[in-house]
Amino acid sequence: MTYIRPTFRHPDLPKNKINFTKKDYEGALSTLCAGCGHDSISGAIAQACFELSVEPHRIAKLSGIGCSSKTPAYFLGNSHGFNSVHGRMPSVATGAYLANRDLLYFGVSGDGDSASIGMGQFVHAIRRNLNMVYLVMNNGCYGLTKGQDSATADNGSKSKAGSVNPFNAIDLVGLSMELGATFVARSFSGDKAQLIPLIKAAIKHPGFAFIDVISPCVTFNNNVGSTKSYDYVREHIEATSTVDFVPIMEEITANYEDSKEITLHDGSALQLQKLHQGWNPEDKLSAMIALQNAKEKGEILTGLVYIEPNTNALHDVLQTAKTPLNILNEDVLCPGIDALEALNESLR
Amino acid sequence: MTKINDFVVRFANVNGTGSASANSMFAKAIFRMGIPVTPKNIFPSNIQGLPTWYEVRVSEKGYLGRREGIDLMVSVNPQSMLKDVESVRSGGYFMYDSTKPLHKEYIREDITYLGIPLMGICMEQYTDPRQRQLFKNIIYVGALSALLDIEFAVLEQLLAEQFKGKEKLVAPNVQALQLGVKYVQENFTFPLEIRVERRDLVGKRILFDGNGACGLGAVYAGATVAAWYPITPSTSVVEKFEKYAKKFRTDKETGEKNFAIVQAEDELAAIGMVIGANWNGARSFTATSGPGVSLMNEFLGLGYFAEIPAVLIDVQRTGPSTGMPTRTQQSDITISAYASHGDTKHVLLFPSNPKDCFELTADAFDLAERLQTPIIVLTDLDLGMNDHMSEPFEWNPERKYDRGKVYTAEDLENMGRFGRYLDSDGDGIPYRTYPGTHPTKGSYFTRGTSRDEYAVYTEDSAVYVKNMQRLEKKWDTAKEIVPKPYFYQEKNMSPLGVIFFGTSTYSSEEAIDLLREQDVVLDAMQLKAFPFNKDVEQFIEDHEVVFVIEQNRDAQMRSLLINELEINPKKLIRVLNYDGMPITADKIVKEISKNLTVA
Repeated sequence: MTYIRPTFRHPDLPKNKINFTKKDYEGALSTLCAGCGHDSISGAIAQACFELSVEPHRIAKLSGIGCSSKTPAYFLGNSHGFNSVHGRMPSVATGAYLANRDLLYFGVSGDGDSASIGMGQFVHAIRRNLNMVYLVMNNGCYGLTKGQDSATADNGSKSKAGSVNPFNAIDLVGLSMELGATFVARSFSGDKAQLIPLIKAAIKHPGFAFIDVISPCVTFNNNVGSTKSYDYVREHIEATSTVDFVPIMEEITANYEDSKEITLHDGSALQLQKLHQGWNPEDKLSAMIALQNAKEKGEILTGLVYIEPNTNALHDVLQTAKTPLNILNEDVLCPGIDALEALNESLR
Repeated sequence: MTKINDFVVRFANVNGTGSASANSMFAKAIFRMGIPVTPKNIFPSNIQGLPTWYEVRVSEKGYLGRREGIDLMVSVNPQSMLKDVESVRSGGYFMYDSTKPLHKEYIREDITYLGIPLMGICMEQYTDPRQRQLFKNIIYVGALSALLDIEFAVLEQLLAEQFKGKEKLVAPNVQALQLGVKYVQENFTFPLEIRVERRDLVGKRILFDGNGACGLGAVYAGATVAAWYPITPSTSVVEKFEKYAKKFRTDKETGEKNFAIVQAEDELAAIGMVIGANWNGARSFTATSGPGVSLMNEFLGLGYFAEIPAVLIDVQRTGPSTGMPTRTQQSDITISAYASHGDTKHVLLFPSNPKDCFELTADAFDLAERLQTPIIVLTDLDLGMNDHMSEPFEWNPERKYDRGKVYTAEDLENMGRFGRYLDSDGDGIPYRTYPGTHPTKGSYFTRGTSRDEYAVYTEDSAVYVKNMQRLEKKWDTAKEIVPKPYFYQEKNMSPLGVIFFGTSTYSSEEAIDLLREQDVVLDAMQLKAFPFNKDVEQFIEDHEVVFVIEQNRDAQMRSLLINELEINPKKLIRVLNYDGMPITADKIVKEISKNLTVA
């Protein structure tokens, strides 16, 4: 359980470009376990939105069921949230996105919610290229029901009770790339320096942006022998590059030899440094090879994995009107009585 | 037995041979001659090869229910011929392809055979195999026109309309009709004793299918997001929605659309999208059939408890499980009324003809947003997939959509703390806000878990109970605003009452007339919606015995009445048909008469 948070805030708290303080991006107190990786991710999401100067009410948060899916209550308290049903957040997000193309949609899910019960909806949301961020808080286990293995638990990983998982893991990063996701990244809840710029870039991405965040379960899956424990992840992590998010109109300061700059859809940029050998984030084949190589070596590859900066999202494909559908009314939607009479006549 | 404008013709065809358009031209021609018709497809779950039937009832009295007893069988399918011969009523006619002689097992002494060498004529006239197949259908329609006295000019006109823009095709089709006419003229005494005579009994009425009417209703009601998964017999609801939305809601210059349609990966996702879109302020719907409703239960429970509008059109088919997917039933009443776990109840609407489908679908969107809950429109395969003679569609040009209780940014600016689940008006219906309305006010967290009036999670028993009681109050509000039942009499005339709904209406109306001829007087009530209001309760109270006519085995509507209105079960007598075919007046008369004798 978490703790009394002071309600007092210093009057001189720094403000972002649209005059909001960090407090305006906070949510309710978390009820997750002390030290849960998910709380760090919630903090990173709030920080990213603050720094990007996103108006809080222009974001809609959506989730399924599970520990991860509770977190939208713990960040962006001025945003509407929807804690839906288990494994079905992608469909709710699809409907919401169709209703109003002008909001930002932030989906939060877990490994049970996405890789098991919600696998069907997860893969189809990717296929449709919704314009949304889809962040999985991945701890390899079912926290709320006390620690059963999930489908992302590695083969051979040991649970707190001592049993060894005999099944192969589903790798959501590789899968989402295969399905055509146009922004794919993996990160670690203990690495905010990497996570925050990735979230910012994901928000700016005009299509489906997937981030798999390894987020150790301190209560049920942080033991010796688990491949999702803090210690194991820290020892095996390998980054594709360092990541910096550069807002629009800001100059890129440093320039190293092994670096790459990717201009995002709205003109902001991602600056990547210390690039992984042979990896080019805009080349899917090299991204897949990097992913496979890391897997062979027992490494957990994090950072940006793949990006297609310009992409047609579902509204573009469907040729939907630019005006959000949810504000249209009978004056434009109802065809009227003359059309109806003509139709009647054609049916006689 | 001269029967003018009162007979049943059945066509026995092979699925996928192009018979459908020829058969519907036959029905439409009689309709155009001002005579009421009821065409019905009796088709298999198959694309090509299996037997399929098309049945047309012609009724001067305007009875639109199905009637047993075939007066004229048009047999074009050797697979089903034995069964088809047997199904002709004594004294009836059997038209068949006499290119090859009829085997003696097909010969009955009590019916008249009309052999026309359909294949022979086609082999002689056409070289292309596809033409031989298609024109065979047109030739038998031509033959029927002579035998039944259908005006040839009406058929010509229909062909001209059908091939508008492809005028080259008109002449060969007219010629094929003439081949049929000529054969009849040269070989038979015609017209037959059963035949048609022009009347003026149709008026301004239209011939249209219920699914098309639901799709059109959704367009008129301002639905902008449709999400669906294909399933017989509901598929054409969204297809027709798409057709009319494309026509009426596409910007001619830019091609931009004021609607979005997604074919989902399954029914769970379809209803999830509908819930998401409605939560975000768009009018959204899905269409499905029984198996889909089973899958949608979870989201329907969320919609009820989290109070999110949704419109679901359930075109019922024969269950349970996959059942008979191309046959009709009214058997999703219980699952729809109480869909999902926990204490849930859903508003149901029961259209009985295409005009109802159009209006109740449109009303469903208003009700969903007013009540902030899923609304289920229960139609069925018979209504959805067959053409029905119906009053024309009407729309009040002054009609405004009822978007329900929604706070705007300005409302939020001028009020105290927003409470998503506060019952400010005392009707059990709270106010909602759309995402993105105001920078600092009006946001809330939607959840399927229990919460207080301000949408904050709670496991406090008293708060939970208060919320459940408010939902019950909302249910009482619903009773007052859902469509009222229709009464056939101004004042009750009999101790006997009868209740029916949906497509049971046609045959029930006919049965009431038939029983009246036997001096059995019935007061009648057609249900239009669930929950039941006071009028429904009063009708049952005012009668000693009430027959409940429906098309399922377990008398689901009767159970719902007993359960919701706490009626003595002995008072409600079941009149059921659940063989997958539309209920007939004869069956209703028989069932009711049987019970009257016992009483």
